[in-house]
Amino acid sequence: MPLTLDDVRRVANLARLELTDDEAAVQLRRINELMERFESLRELDVEGIEPTAHSAPLHNVLREDAARPSLPRDEALSGAPDAREGCFAVPLILEAS
Amino acid sequence: MPGTQVETRYVGSIGMEVHAELLTESKMFCGCRNAFGGEPNTRCCPVCLGLPGSLPVANRLAVELVVRAALALNCAISPIAKFDRKNYFYPDLPKGYQISQYDQPIGSGGWLDIESEAGPRRVHIRRVHLEEDTGKLMHLPTGDSAVDYNRSGVPLMEIVTEFPPDMSSADEARAYLVKLRAILTCIGVSDGKMEQGSLRCEPNISVRPEGSAAFGTKTEIKNLNSFRAVHRGVQHELARQVALLRRGDRVAQETRGWNEARGETVLQRVKEVEQEYRYFPEPDLMPVHIDDARVGLIRARLPELPDAARVRLVDQYGLSPAEADLLTQTAAWTAYFERAAGLCGNARATANWMMGELARLLNAANLEIEQCKAGPEALADLLAMVENGRISGKMAKGVWEAAFETGEAPAAIAARQGEQISDADALGAVLDSVIAAQPDVWQALCAGDEKKLTFMVGQIMKQTRGKANPGEVNRLLRERMAGGAQ
Amino acid sequence: MEPLTQRSLRDLRDAVRSGEVSAREVAQAHLNRIAEAEPSVSALLAVTADDALTQADAVDLARSRGDAIGALAGVPIALKDVICTRGVATTCGSRILSGWKPPYDATVTARLRAAGAVMLGKANCDEFAMGSSTENSAYGPTRNPWNLACVPGGSSGGSAAAVAVGEVAGSLGSDTGGSIRQPAALCGIVGLKPTYGRVSRFGLVAYASSLDQIGPMARSVEDAALLLDAIAGLDPLDATSVDAPPFRAESAMRGDIRGLRIGVPTEFMGDGVDGPVASAVRAAVEALCALGATAEECSLPTARHSLATYYILAPAEASSNLARYDGVRFGVRAAGGFGHAGMTEASREAGFGAETKQRILVGTYALSAGYYDAYYLQAQKVRTLIRRDFDAAFKRFDVLVTPTSPTVAFGIGERSDDPLAMKLADVCTLPANMAGIPGVSIPCGMDRGLPIGLQIMGRSFDEETTLRAAHAYEQATHWHTLRPEVAC
Repeated sequence: MPLTLDDVRRVANLARLELTDDEAAVQLRRINELMERFESLRELDVEGIEPTAHSAPLHNVLREDAARPSLPRDEALSGAPDAREGCFAVPLILEAS
Repeated sequence: MPGTQVETRYVGSIGMEVHAELLTESKMFCGCRNAFGGEPNTRCCPVCLGLPGSLPVANRLAVELVVRAALALNCAISPIAKFDRKNYFYPDLPKGYQISQYDQPIGSGGWLDIESEAGPRRVHIRRVHLEEDTGKLMHLPTGDSAVDYNRSGVPLMEIVTEFPPDMSSADEARAYLVKLRAILTCIGVSDGKMEQGSLRCEPNISVRPEGSAAFGTKTEIKNLNSFRAVHRGVQHELARQVALLRRGDRVAQETRGWNEARGETVLQRVKEVEQEYRYFPEPDLMPVHIDDARVGLIRARLPELPDAARVRLVDQYGLSPAEADLLTQTAAWTAYFERAAGLCGNARATANWMMGELARLLNAANLEIEQCKAGPEALADLLAMVENGRISGKMAKGVWEAAFETGEAPAAIAARQGEQISDADALGAVLDSVIAAQPDVWQALCAGDEKKLTFMVGQIMKQTRGKANPGEVNRLLRERMAGGAQ
Repeated sequence: MEPLTQRSLRDLRDAVRSGEVSAREVAQAHLNRIAEAEPSVSALLAVTADDALTQADAVDLARSRGDAIGALAGVPIALKDVICTRGVATTCGSRILSGWKPPYDATVTARLRAAGAVMLGKANCDEFAMGSSTENSAYGPTRNPWNLACVPGGSSGGSAAAVAVGEVAGSLGSDTGGSIRQPAALCGIVGLKPTYGRVSRFGLVAYASSLDQIGPMARSVEDAALLLDAIAGLDPLDATSVDAPPFRAESAMRGDIRGLRIGVPTEFMGDGVDGPVASAVRAAVEALCALGATAEECSLPTARHSLATYYILAPAEASSNLARYDGVRFGVRAAGGFGHAGMTEASREAGFGAETKQRILVGTYALSAGYYDAYYLQAQKVRTLIRRDFDAAFKRFDVLVTPTSPTVAFGIGERSDDPLAMKLADVCTLPANMAGIPGVSIPCGMDRGLPIGLQIMGRSFDEETTLRAAHAYEQATHWHTLRPEVAC
């Protein structure tokens, strides 16, 4: 089932992408071209097949609880577009967490 | 009968999500120190800042602590636990996702028992899982916000109660949290400091007409940072919802914040649509296998839990269940009690003193029992002095206050205070003997001859060789005169 | 005497070690070559000349003092710009990371530094390694040294072109669906995607975490093996890195492949594969058999679903991996937009290119409520089936051989408006990422003046057999000795 422009808008909103109308239209066309190829996947019988989430067959890869030095603060903040008072500054937050 | 209408009764349903920061040395997925406070952004690295290219590696102790907590809460331990990404945008969440656990939490299907005014109740726990904390937001004078990522990546345990909820009142909600905190602090998983936010609770609350099977719309309360706030917040929210329904309004699904100053919950956010978190397995972290042997070992190392301690305190010391509850509120309380009672040999007096004077002073000073300068040894000494009559009960309070304040040994304080007799009982006895020796003077004084007062005081000072507290003597005399005039 | 910039990585290493040339001379010769060739190929986003000469001088000083020097001392290399380099801009080919200087080194960067390799620059790539032509770089395309009107492949196109043209002796790329092997094929060099977990991903800016793997690109199998030797191995900072038996370059270079069992999956030799490419691969199989191997056709029935599986799983992971680009802690913050959320939207709108946005949208969709089971979970299950196909094949064969790319390099702009055609460039390479197995591309022919690549895939953590086959073939043929003529 092809996506609609509303789907693209809804998904863009979830992904914090603010598409222009032109962009949304182009993306819709391209995504639908791509999604069409996915349809064959859905026909495959995967009854009883375990999903693969990881490439390597590992488990219990854990680190011991030991503190190590952190970055000096100026380095931690070095990439920030706006750093003030030792913090990362952001515009007013309107939405609740 | 026209005009009469039986008012609908409502019952509350309360679920609870509790977050506890774990007592580890380092963060969940990196080696930055796990601590409270400090200069902003000084405990950060590429991992907990979510810098491009950084990868998480899970903290073994954090996993173990959650297993420990899950066992203490009677949960089944998942033989295979895994991490998932919970995707949402917020500036305190550096990666744009929180590493959490979705469909294979470490613990599930547990419970804990509470006792409230309504009687005993078993509160079922749906799940106990491991995740990471977020950073903290602050406001800048310009109106912008500032982010401190020191807390980002601190190991966080989430404990969620089962649905349908077992709790229905504010008392039960508080009792649940008190018990949970007692367990978590007892097993060394959390420091339980609600005021610092290391233990946070978000109750969800709904009400429905009595007899109705369908649950009402629920709201969530945030910003509850004390037991008292939890109790008041839940109580207020239940009442608010009932009032809405009685007016014929409906309850909106929303998140409300507790405003301590105003004593009410206020709207934070309306939840029109469920958040879409797009959970999927965290590809950067491998599953955690927890075999039976490991679980057995962790179980075997659990200390005595508050419930067991409570039963034992009742049996062993003859305390009431309510007293035992108070004295097992944290492992530190239990340890303090048992040490002091053991030293002085008087469990009853120890319990009374701890629940009365000690609790009062801790409360007033906003201290935890661990921070108290007067330890169980000091309390035992004090109670022994009372018991063998070296000081009176009243004097003991003063000595204890001084010991609490300074940490000085009660015996030393009492010795110093003993140089002046202020004790009402002791002075009363002296007064009795002076009255008996000078009945005429006393009669005259009681009849209004104020000049005789100086004489009486002089007699008392003479008998106590000047050690009597003159102010106290004066007060006692006037008290006795007022009694004599009746 | 062969110019320094044409000599192999191993040669240069030995020459520096023996004192035949200084590390500074080697570095300077390559910097000169960069100055000469860059205007034509645009392989590098940054040239770190000063740092490079300092590193080279340190090697020379250590050698002159008789101190121990690293296994790659003095070897000039470039790193794909998705690999973090402390204090050196790492842009991932994206506007959103323009000018970002990481405060830390990737594990591979640190290991190469420790081995004494001299980094000359950061190589261009498709934005966040998403693409097959390097045209998705926000900083302009890299050109194929064999024909400047053609793409070098991608996403590690800069890494491939820089090696092909002699700007560096070797480079690192990253491979999520073919991003090392396909550009290696299109530029006529050797490119190896190691087994997932062989090389630490710490400091590799993530595209699709369960598929990404860093690997070497060089002008010979041996050179690639030497680079792999330096970067491979368990890393406590990457929980997906594996404590496998160590890879040893020498043992892979023995040359003897008698008795090697080769499988040739028919799915990659039919429709969609250009005639000359298929012919070259068949000839290569014959050449391998002439060296004592045996070959047989086989089938990977589910492998044809790799493309669809990949274009669900990779975007899904990418949509999450790219959520951190919010204009708060690093990278570019765009003006406009109201409040924090508006700022983030504006920054992402301005900072990401069209292909990146498309993959974020597809991935977000695949993970969203109501579609997770139908798309994401289904794809993960199909991934299991693809892995089983390989498991079955590797019971019968030691290696599998296919074309690396169904076609030779295509023209710049030729597939820009046909993203699906572009994605078909990866059909032969995607399955190895699905299965996590190693795959190497080596030159095996020419078509209309453009190189053809042969892909050899091996069992998990059996890079040794994979590279032994590649090395034996290479030694028996001349294709790897051909060089493009660019601005010489």
